[in-house]
Amino acid sequence: MEVKVVRKILDVNDAMAAQNRNAFGKQGVFVLNVMSSPGSGKTALLERTLSQLSPEIRCAVIVGDVATSHDADRLAKSGAPVVQVNTDAFGGDCHLAAHVIGAAASDLDLSAIDLLIVENVGNLVCPAEFDIGEDARVVVLSVTEGEDKPVKYPLMFRVCDAALLNKIDLLPHLDYDIAAARGYIRQIKSDMPIFDVSAKTGEGFDAWIKWLKKTVAAKSTAAA
Amino acid sequence: MHEMGIAAQVVQIAVDSIPADMPKARVQQVNLKVGKLAAVVPQSLLFCYDIITRDTPLAGSRLHIEEVPVTARCNDCGRDWTVEGPVFRCPDCDSGSIQLTSGQELEIISIEIED
Repeated sequence: MEVKVVRKILDVNDAMAAQNRNAFGKQGVFVLNVMSSPGSGKTALLERTLSQLSPEIRCAVIVGDVATSHDADRLAKSGAPVVQVNTDAFGGDCHLAAHVIGAAASDLDLSAIDLLIVENVGNLVCPAEFDIGEDARVVVLSVTEGEDKPVKYPLMFRVCDAALLNKIDLLPHLDYDIAAARGYIRQIKSDMPIFDVSAKTGEGFDAWIKWLKKTVAAKSTAAA
Repeated sequence: MHEMGIAAQVVQIAVDSIPADMPKARVQQVNLKVGKLAAVVPQSLLFCYDIITRDTPLAGSRLHIEEVPVTARCNDCGRDWTVEGPVFRCPDCDSGSIQLTSGQELEIISIEIED
């Protein structure tokens, strides 16, 4: 006897993500999910991003790693509230799931936050699959990685709203073909905004910060 | 990479789907649809399933995975096609304005119970 079920396997996560989105929406908090491979410079990028947004935009960060609080310790120096999530407590997960974000957010005063940045676990596969209740997703790629990462991990680049090419200060020392990298990104998502940045020198940050502010403002205008 | 977590969800949904009037039912097969763009490796999921179903009402049951191809529709010219490689552009008019019409499924379709 066949019993029809027809349920999404991740519907428990999707339901939690909807709850998160509702809770964040009520407090007018914009949530940005930042994803990348390990070592692309997410934390350095966020350090500089936080310093450029403050005090105009009140930020908080949830940072996910399998272990250690190294990233949280670095980001906390910005003065923004930071919650570290270590996924080893959840089975060494390769991504942050919606229930983890919900629990971490309960440690934050959402009424005092405009922008919640989630630094996901460094991984270009699994985080793309898990809705956490975010408003926008960005992927960070560094120029010390292969130009063809976008076509090797198409789902990640398909689900993101913008891409950052980080560490461009290293370009003079590398054979990296940045035009090829942009081409691969656009092959997956033709209208993807791409920002060439150096988290170390700050080059290219004006355009990135402008895009981020505009994206955050668009939500608060829509909500008002 | 998270196939064990997915397998655990499959078991939970399948067990919840056993009709209330058949508490002793033996599940023979669980049918899934998995899109080719979903971040799940069918071979790994099958391996995890066999381990995680031990000592559950699904012990000994078979997991059947139907892989769903990635298909897309062009928003400009209306062409439908199957996306074979990592190029998300219309093969006719080269537009990048497309919508995916399948390939991200991760669904449990039905369970089969011994009569």
